[in-house]
Amino acid sequence: MLDRREFVRKLLADRKGLAVVSGLGSPTYDVAAGGDHPLNFYLWGAMGAAAMIGLGLALAQPARRVLVLTGDGEALMGLGSLATVGVKQPGNLVVVVLDNQHYGETGMQPSHTRSGIDLVAVAKACKFVDALHVSEIGAASRVRDLVHHGNGPILVQARISNEAAPRVLPTRDGHAVKLRFMEALSKSSGQSIS
Amino acid sequence: MDDITKTALHWPDAIYAQFRRVGIRQVGYVPDAGHSRLIELCVKDPNIHDVVLTTEEEGVGLAAGAALGGQRAALLMQSSGVGNCINMFSLLRNCGFPCLVLITMRGEFAEFNPWQVPMGSITEASLKLCGFLTYRLEEPDDVDDVVGGGCDMAFAGGLQVAIVLSQRLIGRKEWTR
Repeated sequence: MLDRREFVRKLLADRKGLAVVSGLGSPTYDVAAGGDHPLNFYLWGAMGAAAMIGLGLALAQPARRVLVLTGDGEALMGLGSLATVGVKQPGNLVVVVLDNQHYGETGMQPSHTRSGIDLVAVAKACKFVDALHVSEIGAASRVRDLVHHGNGPILVQARISNEAAPRVLPTRDGHAVKLRFMEALSKSSGQSIS
Repeated sequence: MDDITKTALHWPDAIYAQFRRVGIRQVGYVPDAGHSRLIELCVKDPNIHDVVLTTEEEGVGLAAGAALGGQRAALLMQSSGVGNCINMFSLLRNCGFPCLVLITMRGEFAEFNPWQVPMGSITEASLKLCGFLTYRLEEPDDVDDVVGGGCDMAFAGGLQVAIVLSQRLIGRKEWTR
């Protein structure tokens, strides 16, 4: 099983123009721990929306790579959005689900993945171009490569250990995170904010 | 647009013309009889990403992502869909994302299905509680002006705007089978 912090740190290493949407709870803390960045959009709520935010962003910015980093509970709440992503086939979108098989934020109750519900199989059924399980840290460089170069949509279900990591809390001010993100995007792509 | 042209336009065409005017680039929708003409127009437009959703709440995320990426989005849904979105609307308020939602009403004028009434009767109040500026349309001739004004408030003002299309405007649902 993967150490979540080590895995996310490796995924986000040398990230170039990568835009990241993080699902609420521990994935948001993991992305913040991996290094705060203007192109991080941290969610603290809106459970189930992470993949759809990634889709809207990926459609709007087809030349940019978009990574949605979320948890198994968040992904399960937005399961239908995998079908919606599958219809649109965004080539630049990768969803990585950090799967500890539990709801960490509410007291470690088991999630559906604990009972063997397979998000990779769901993604394949939803016409994702690629979907895979990873559970060893040696796979991190391959996943990072998919994030930057893979033909999407891609889903990676990453089996992480369910040990809690120290909380690293980014700002909860959604306006500030949004404005910083949009400003960074317009600077790096030369497009104006509309 | 002169008055004769304006009244000659079917109301979904008037909405679509406003989408073109303000540069809507993403439209999220759940298939709906009332919105069928507008959906067709959007699907045919190569400048619009038409995104068919499994549930309306997905559209809230879509609109947020589109705004992050510098594109304008509109959501089309039925009144029942508003109920599906309520927690997701927090995303718009917490981050100040512009949002334009066009809602076809059920559960009011000439409704044959009582199952539509509970949500239909609280749709506008729910939108207001969620922070939306809400405008109700009854007359086809008002559609261009009100939708145009709503677009400007959403995208120039960065606000959450809901346009409620009354069941009387849309017309009675045909129930023949």
